Amino acid sequence: MIIAERKPIPEIQSFVAGYHKVLVVGCGTCVAVCLAGGSKEAEILTNELTLSPKTAGARFESRTLERQCDMEFLSELDEQAAEYDALLSMACGAGVQLLAERFSRIPVFPAVNTSCIGVNRSVGWYEENCRACGTCVLALTAGICPVTRCAKGLFNGPCGGTNITSCEIHPDQPCAWHMIYERLAAQDRLQQIMEISPANDWRNQQPRTIVQPGYEERTSALKEQ
Amino acid sequence: MKSGSKLERILQAGHFAFTGEVGPPRGCNVQALKEKISHLKGHVDAANVTDNQTAVVRLSSWAASLICLQEGVEPNFQMVCRDRNRLAMQADILGASAHGIRNMLCLSGDHQVFGDHPQAKGVFDIDSIQLLAMVKGMRDDSAFQSGGGIDEAPKMFIGAAANPFAEPFEWRIHRLAKKISAGADFIQTQCVYNMDKAREWVKQANDLGLTEKASLLMGITPMKSVGMARYMQSKVPGMEVPEAIIRRLREAGKQNVAEEGIKIACEQIQEFKEMPGVAGIHLMAIEWEHRVPEIAERAGMLPRPEV
Repeated sequence: MIIAERKPIPEIQSFVAGYHKVLVVGCGTCVAVCLAGGSKEAEILTNELTLSPKTAGARFESRTLERQCDMEFLSELDEQAAEYDALLSMACGAGVQLLAERFSRIPVFPAVNTSCIGVNRSVGWYEENCRACGTCVLALTAGICPVTRCAKGLFNGPCGGTNITSCEIHPDQPCAWHMIYERLAAQDRLQQIMEISPANDWRNQQPRTIVQPGYEERTSALKEQ
Repeated sequence: MKSGSKLERILQAGHFAFTGEVGPPRGCNVQALKEKISHLKGHVDAANVTDNQTAVVRLSSWAASLICLQEGVEPNFQMVCRDRNRLAMQADILGASAHGIRNMLCLSGDHQVFGDHPQAKGVFDIDSIQLLAMVKGMRDDSAFQSGGGIDEAPKMFIGAAANPFAEPFEWRIHRLAKKISAGADFIQTQCVYNMDKAREWVKQANDLGLTEKASLLMGITPMKSVGMARYMQSKVPGMEVPEAIIRRLREAGKQNVAEEGIKIACEQIQEFKEMPGVAGIHLMAIEWEHRVPEIAERAGMLPRPEV
């Protein structure tokens, strides 16, 4: 899922300063799971802004949609949005952008920083696991992503800076390539990293549009009708 | 001959090679750089010119390599993967070769969080092994990494680094093998202090036939003080400094500690000279360039052969 962290209150206040009626829009999916922008966090932020002397005089209300990265759910706001002179989105960067596109006459501000694609280790503890490079190498690397979890994103590690089992950048950061080595050795699959992994085909260097086969089938069927 | 560099000729003639190191200044102080280079002149076969080492910005390694060349010391141009993408790397390789630089060392590079710009975006478009393969493809196949043809290929004697001491130890030799099969002609190791492990690693390299395919230059850095030894032991990832070394330095007393450090280095060099599979020494006398002539003399590395 997408992991995000709420922005500091002073930064959020700087965005909404001067607006009189602001709707805080929560998102019920990823950011709700990672405790950054779900309905509960939207209410907390609304209360904080309402009670703060810095934003005194302005009215803050909240509403949480199922998903902000989907027009179908944004349409639920069509009538209500017109009552506000600014929207404060607690969704990830994708959600903020779609909300801003849907309500392009109203200023839309982000209330969270989108951090990464990660996993839920425990309530409140999330780890980055994927950088969406577009060329997945997990089959080779024992299900441990070197692009994300190696600080240098090496394809042929571990580098000489590995610190026993941790990364040179921090003792608490495990060395991804050490883990890859150990897991492959335990599975008797070291042979697959004996070969040189060639330079990566970075497919995340331009905006991507993903079209699944089902979409093609559906649209061509509609055209035929 | 792959590049015809002096280092390549020395190794090909079967001489025991001796390389040094020069760190470019944090500014345009060419005089300071020339001063460092002057200590190495005639005492080493080639000098590594570091590339923003420890992720701290310095005068660029190719520019400092040119100065080195002008001053009469053959440079070993270092290139890290941290600061350039594959386009910039290939452009700099062509530029370096065009200016007569004939050796290069391909490295991943220290992570940017250690340096003076920890907020920088690390490039790491390719890794050190992929860089080796890229340079080899440019030199031997006249082809860019993309496969496109090169109008006059660069001439480079290609080097790689190896750290025999980082974990997992059993994997290190295989990573060395990967570097050699990717294109490394010579290897320079991390500073050696644990001779037992170094012996074991060289033996593994011999057993796998790696020392026939590439020349092994073992890294030596003389200790200047007990503090330096302690720092290397505890703060430098992947570095192994046995307690026995620290004890020896401490017992030498404050007055003689640097002397003892040089003595240890000379003993190591002596042992490597006689070790089958070792083709030379890479002396990294960090900010101690002026002691290189003395160390070279005492280690029996002088005079350097003319080839």
